[in-house]
Amino acid sequence: MIDYTAAELMIACAARALVGKRVVFVGVGLPNIACNLARRTVAPELQLVYESGVFGARPARLPLSIGDPALVSGATAAVSMPEMFMHYLQGGRIEAAFLGAAQIDRFGNMNTTVVGDYARPHVRLPGSGGACDIAYHAGKVFVIMRLKKRAFVGRLDFRTSAGYLDGRPQQRAEMGLPGGGPQLVVTDKAVFDFESVSGEMRLRSLHPGVTQETVQAQAGWRLRVATDLCVTEAPTAQELSIMREQSQTVLS
Amino acid sequence: MTTKITDMRTAISAHVHDGDCVVIEGFTACICFAAAHEIIRQGRRELTLCRMTPDLVYEQMIAAGCARKLVFSYLGNPGVGSLHCVRRAVERGVPRALELEEYSHFGMVGRYMAGAARLPFFPVRSYSGTDQPKVNPRIKFVPNPYDGVASEFTHVDSVAVVPPLNPDVAILHAQRADAAGNTQMWGLLGTQKEVAFAAERVIVVVEEIVDSAVIRSDPNRTVFPGLLVDVLVQQPYGAHPSYAQGYYDRDNQFYLQWDAISRDEDATQAWLRDWVHGVDDWEAYLLKLESERPDIWERLAPGEALAQPVNYGAYAQA
Repeated sequence: MIDYTAAELMIACAARALVGKRVVFVGVGLPNIACNLARRTVAPELQLVYESGVFGARPARLPLSIGDPALVSGATAAVSMPEMFMHYLQGGRIEAAFLGAAQIDRFGNMNTTVVGDYARPHVRLPGSGGACDIAYHAGKVFVIMRLKKRAFVGRLDFRTSAGYLDGRPQQRAEMGLPGGGPQLVVTDKAVFDFESVSGEMRLRSLHPGVTQETVQAQAGWRLRVATDLCVTEAPTAQELSIMREQSQTVLS
Repeated sequence: MTTKITDMRTAISAHVHDGDCVVIEGFTACICFAAAHEIIRQGRRELTLCRMTPDLVYEQMIAAGCARKLVFSYLGNPGVGSLHCVRRAVERGVPRALELEEYSHFGMVGRYMAGAARLPFFPVRSYSGTDQPKVNPRIKFVPNPYDGVASEFTHVDSVAVVPPLNPDVAILHAQRADAAGNTQMWGLLGTQKEVAFAAERVIVVVEEIVDSAVIRSDPNRTVFPGLLVDVLVQQPYGAHPSYAQGYYDRDNQFYLQWDAISRDEDATQAWLRDWVHGVDDWEAYLLKLESERPDIWERLAPGEALAQPVNYGAYAQA
């Protein structure tokens, strides 16, 4: 069996989630590698879209930022931000998107704004950027973040991006949010999905060697657990080979 | 005939005043650091700075004490981490208190669109169920006047709206323009166009000033006409450490180094003294940069990737 890092397992999980997808909003870091992997495996028609204004990016190098000039050269389309947000995102063309957050709650709502009080924050985080808008509109949202108690909180300090809101059935639809909401939270210890009626986060699979107790210890609420809880499938040799071709310093 | 072409010192002196609402846009690309440094050097104060992501351009202006307020949607050093100078101002009031007005990217796009199109507000489907409207009362909700006669795509009872943003002055970097200020860009267009239309005064800064025949050979590439432009400055490498597509790469090394410098207030002020206050102008900044990193432009030079030319057709009287 080939050795792999936690990051590589997360990338493999994220890539597999993109099966059959054609349009994905990408950020930098692990989602980039996951999308490139997905395009070579389960989603051959995948178009990489960057909120900076690129559709169908084919960068010759791994971008450091979402505004990297390598994203433009050779892309299918370079568009203005109004066009990207109005026609592509709000127009419902973005089938999948990756988001990360400093804090996430049991209904997949996310905080990237402040730790502490907004007026006098303990830590001023970056803020929404496109996250609030993406969480609103993307067909499916996939979250990638490390599992830590200070991140998986009982109550967010600030709700930047909407997951399943207060957990009332159909609440997203009632409030006019067209996007499907978060589907998976891929972490370095386990993968979570969301219960279909309430939208409550649910432990889906434990990474090899990780116990349920370890995972519960890193969550700020009593976790729901899938009745068919399983072990996360390790990355295959093919997946690892493709990942490792691309990356330089990102996988750590 | 008077020309629009001037130098950076004159452009800033004439068009950027204390207390102005200033926009230096460019989404990662085409960010006019040359103008920002001149604003700092000329000692402008009490500015309201607006950008989607402040990037290092507003980091530097905020650290220099130019700003009283920031209107934005994302406080990150793109690809690197936090904006430590902005955080220091927000968390600890250093060097001075900074008022924030916060949106999402879509909200800022909407503000520029409303500004450009002279609309009283712009609807954006976002913000419902989040805390943004609670801390920014300028994000409001209005009822859908067509509710009940909705299409399958747009059945909403109410929609969020954002107010117009009409800057006092916008400084927009681009690859080229002609002497009249007809401006062309390629790559990430961001919201340069909308900001040009929204702003009271427009300073355009370009890598090259070209003959108007060059502009008129490719009218689709024109982002906005000289009609909107008050002054035009030619400033090669004027976007460093940002970039102009096809001219030079983003200086990622600089963005990474800034992370270490900006964590420390003294180091930040020392950097400003050395690189902004301590040089006369952008040419001097570039010389200093080149003396410390002699191979910088070689390293940041992209390869060639020419677009296929198109035939617009010459339609003369038969």
